[in-house]
Amino acid sequence: MRITVTVDGTKYADDVEPRQLLVHYLRERLGKVGTVVGCDTSNCGACTVHLDGHSVKSCSVLAVQADGSEVTTIEGLARDGQLHPVQQAFHDNHALQCGFCTPGMIMQSIDLLADNPDPDEKAVREGLEGNLCRCTGYQNIVRAVRDAASHMQGGAGPEAEQVTSVKAGGAQ
Amino acid sequence: MTATMEPEVGKARRRKEDARLITGRTRWTDNLTLPGLVHMSILRSPMAHARITSIDVSAARELPGVLAVFTGADLADEQGSLPCAWPITEDMKSPNAPSIAVDQVNFAGEAVAVVVARSAYEAADALEAIDVDYDDLPVVLDMAAAVEDGADLVHSDLGTNKSATWIFDSNEAGTGGDVEAAIGDAEVLIERTFRQQRLIPAFMEPRSVVVDPTGEQYTMWSATQIPHILRLMLAMTLSVPEHKVRVIAPDVGGGFGGKLQVTPEEILTFLVARRLGKPLKYTESRSESMLSGHHGRDQIQKLTLSARRDGTVTGLKVELLADMGAYLRLVTPGVPILGAFMFNAIYKFPAYRFVCTNVFTNKTPTDAYRGAGRPEATFAIERLMDELAVELDMDPMAVREKNWIKHEEFPFTTVCGLTYDSGNYEAATDKAKELFGYDALRAEQAERRERGDSVQLGLGISTFTEMCGLAPSRVLGSLSYGAGGWEHAAIRMLPTGKVEVVTGSSPHGQGHETAWSQIVADQLGVPFEDIEVLHGDTQSSHKGLDTYGSRSLTVGAMAVVAAADKVKAKAARIAAHMLEAGEDDVEFHAGSFRVRGTGTEGSGAKGVSIQDVALAVFAAHDLPDGVEPNLDSEATFDPENFSFPHGTHLCATEVDTETGRVTIRKYVCVDDIGKVVNPLIVEGQVHGGLAQGIAQALFEEAVHDESGTLTTGTLADYLVPSAADLPNFVTDRTETPATSNALGVKGVGEAGTIASTPAVVNAVIDAVRHLGVKDIEMPCTPMRVWQAIHTGRSDAGGLGGEAGGGLGSIDTSGGAQ
Repeated sequence: MRITVTVDGTKYADDVEPRQLLVHYLRERLGKVGTVVGCDTSNCGACTVHLDGHSVKSCSVLAVQADGSEVTTIEGLARDGQLHPVQQAFHDNHALQCGFCTPGMIMQSIDLLADNPDPDEKAVREGLEGNLCRCTGYQNIVRAVRDAASHMQGGAGPEAEQVTSVKAGGAQ
Repeated sequence: MTATMEPEVGKARRRKEDARLITGRTRWTDNLTLPGLVHMSILRSPMAHARITSIDVSAARELPGVLAVFTGADLADEQGSLPCAWPITEDMKSPNAPSIAVDQVNFAGEAVAVVVARSAYEAADALEAIDVDYDDLPVVLDMAAAVEDGADLVHSDLGTNKSATWIFDSNEAGTGGDVEAAIGDAEVLIERTFRQQRLIPAFMEPRSVVVDPTGEQYTMWSATQIPHILRLMLAMTLSVPEHKVRVIAPDVGGGFGGKLQVTPEEILTFLVARRLGKPLKYTESRSESMLSGHHGRDQIQKLTLSARRDGTVTGLKVELLADMGAYLRLVTPGVPILGAFMFNAIYKFPAYRFVCTNVFTNKTPTDAYRGAGRPEATFAIERLMDELAVELDMDPMAVREKNWIKHEEFPFTTVCGLTYDSGNYEAATDKAKELFGYDALRAEQAERRERGDSVQLGLGISTFTEMCGLAPSRVLGSLSYGAGGWEHAAIRMLPTGKVEVVTGSSPHGQGHETAWSQIVADQLGVPFEDIEVLHGDTQSSHKGLDTYGSRSLTVGAMAVVAAADKVKAKAARIAAHMLEAGEDDVEFHAGSFRVRGTGTEGSGAKGVSIQDVALAVFAAHDLPDGVEPNLDSEATFDPENFSFPHGTHLCATEVDTETGRVTIRKYVCVDDIGKVVNPLIVEGQVHGGLAQGIAQALFEEAVHDESGTLTTGTLADYLVPSAADLPNFVTDRTETPATSNALGVKGVGEAGTIASTPAVVNAVIDAVRHLGVKDIEMPCTPMRVWQAIHTGRSDAGGLGGEAGGGLGSIDTSGGAQ
């Protein structure tokens, strides 16, 4: 099937197998290997990307379902060498060790902050429940998300989304 | 060129590694691609024990995109036997360990055929077209039954399911008394049997391997903790000349011991790539990872502790059965033996005996998992100390305090013959109790018991130590390990004064690049930013023993320090020449050589920086006679002793007696890991370690059903905790420098995992002991806790047949509620 999809600001038109998962399309066809696969039951969240501004587990979305949509991956967050506030907060708060869960964790955190610009600890923990990390015990991830929130205040959450999508389409 | 004046060591430096990891610029093995790369998939046995009577691959070979299909028979002549580097006894029974089964499968998940195809999708599709016929063999699953006379055998050719029995006896070793005498004279005996359930390391990055056979060397990229050992073992196992093999561990997404292995998948990818002459990739699915990657723990611990009525311990006898699974992997037999020296822990036992029998079953092989032997030992002794306190109606901390080594007694040689170089258990405990609010929580516990609150409070203690920094080579030799425990490092001074540090330690999330930069910055007086750390490629870092056993800092970084000393010694001679002074008159401080007594920077003293020397060496126009133009240096460091971090962990749990649900209300730990290079990294290691130890206590268990099928083969069934399942930890430190290395450092990678499990279980039992509960098997799932409370049975949970029991989910038997 023919799909047209915008990923990290670049438009692609490709023929894909109907069964191909979005994450495999991103990794194998587009070379977007910053997004990774950690499980086969949609439990780990390592493959989380944004589809039209909302976080999805890209192992649970078919590439054909992304037809006509905008996808943002971890690779599309930083602009002109400027890290997204959530990326910066993960670095500042030592919220990663091996870093394998980090792309998904950051993408989910951005989505979480878009919904709730000032989450308390419990809200962060529950908002990240679908993303597993084996290294950090989550404490510094929680700290990072709340730190990022403090740097993105005043309704900055949705803005953070817009930073990541070139033409903030109305698909929210 | 200004030298860094403020010490780097001790600073909470943000990590150098992060930049690529937070932006997706990563090189996981599965991210790599090569021209002409083809993909391999593996057909795995659904049977735990069976003869293979036929395999028909003809249909699979005909499918579009399929290049080749191989069975065990096709590869039998080349595959050798997977290595086991730790023959713990001379008479240890070790079965042949094929990477792909030839005529018999011995655990569910063993490879029986491989497909090579143009794409991973096509390779996976073709597996369904392979037809395998099996003849069932009796399945051996229960360790205790497996060692009975007449038991069905995993490997009939071995004639027994016992691999080896390893004994340490303090009376025989001359390091202590006779434990049987102590038991005979005991005023109090505590006899318990604990089960260490089977766990799965569950690193986040599934294992992946790429082999390129098209160059002069075979190049293997692998998600491994041990590129150097892997290269050696490929050479020795497959009879490939060692110099024709290059192994690269690129970015590796966690290991926790789970990637301390020479895997069937690595061997198969190598063999098949070589056969086809094409670059080949194999990446496991999560389910394959759970099934085929080695598991951890799995012991039955029979324990006898003798004591006097005043609480003084007099002897400890440990009888273990340890499940090897179906084969002996790289260090499988040695894992329980690493625990042999830790059951006595921080306590002054006068007599000790340890007997471990390693047992084969038709399950996934076990091997190292974070702590490897030491969590098991720590759990046993810390649970026993609580049981002793209950028996004597003493406070559990008071019992510990009565028996632990006092700070003024260091160095202290234990009943196992290990010498603990330093420690201060009193200081760590005092600090932990204060942070915890121990006395107030005890008062609240009493109050809630008094009024019969449906949610009961329990306090759990773990005053642990561990031995890490593996390891003095002579000790490993005495334990029959197949290699030494040294580590290698090299430092290259580049002409512009920048520095490359080569380390044989191979990180997979720990932050070596940052920590080593801090250490070298201080050693050479160069800026943190000017240092690049190279690792994980046998071509650039040709020599090493890799990363496990909390060894990187205490062994690997000590090699870096030794190399830096050599660089400075070489530079001093050249600097003296440049300063027109005698070498003995030159001193090195903060990156500069100066003539002694001529003052420091800014006072007009003439000096040359180490960067000046590096450039002078590059030009080599004017060097002292007989001096080679080279500052580069290498060093290999062999530790003289293990390191012995310790700490006091305190856990308060709330147990809902109506649902059995356990909630951690407060967790405080005060760890003493000696000097700290980077407090941020240390704190992260502790957090992650705690999470894994708590997961053993409450959530995780690898369960096989009666036919030997792993029923916890996905992350939906095997309950790796999420952020919502864990509390906020209060972590702090005391600092008693190690005296066994120049940096004064101890290990930290495994401490949290080793310490936390018994603290949590002690707390759970403490919450409900007044209801008649004496023990609850791990993981303490809501069902088991509820059952223990409502039956008052001391053996609640049985041997653990249910899957997915943690986190309040419904177990396969339908839930006990």
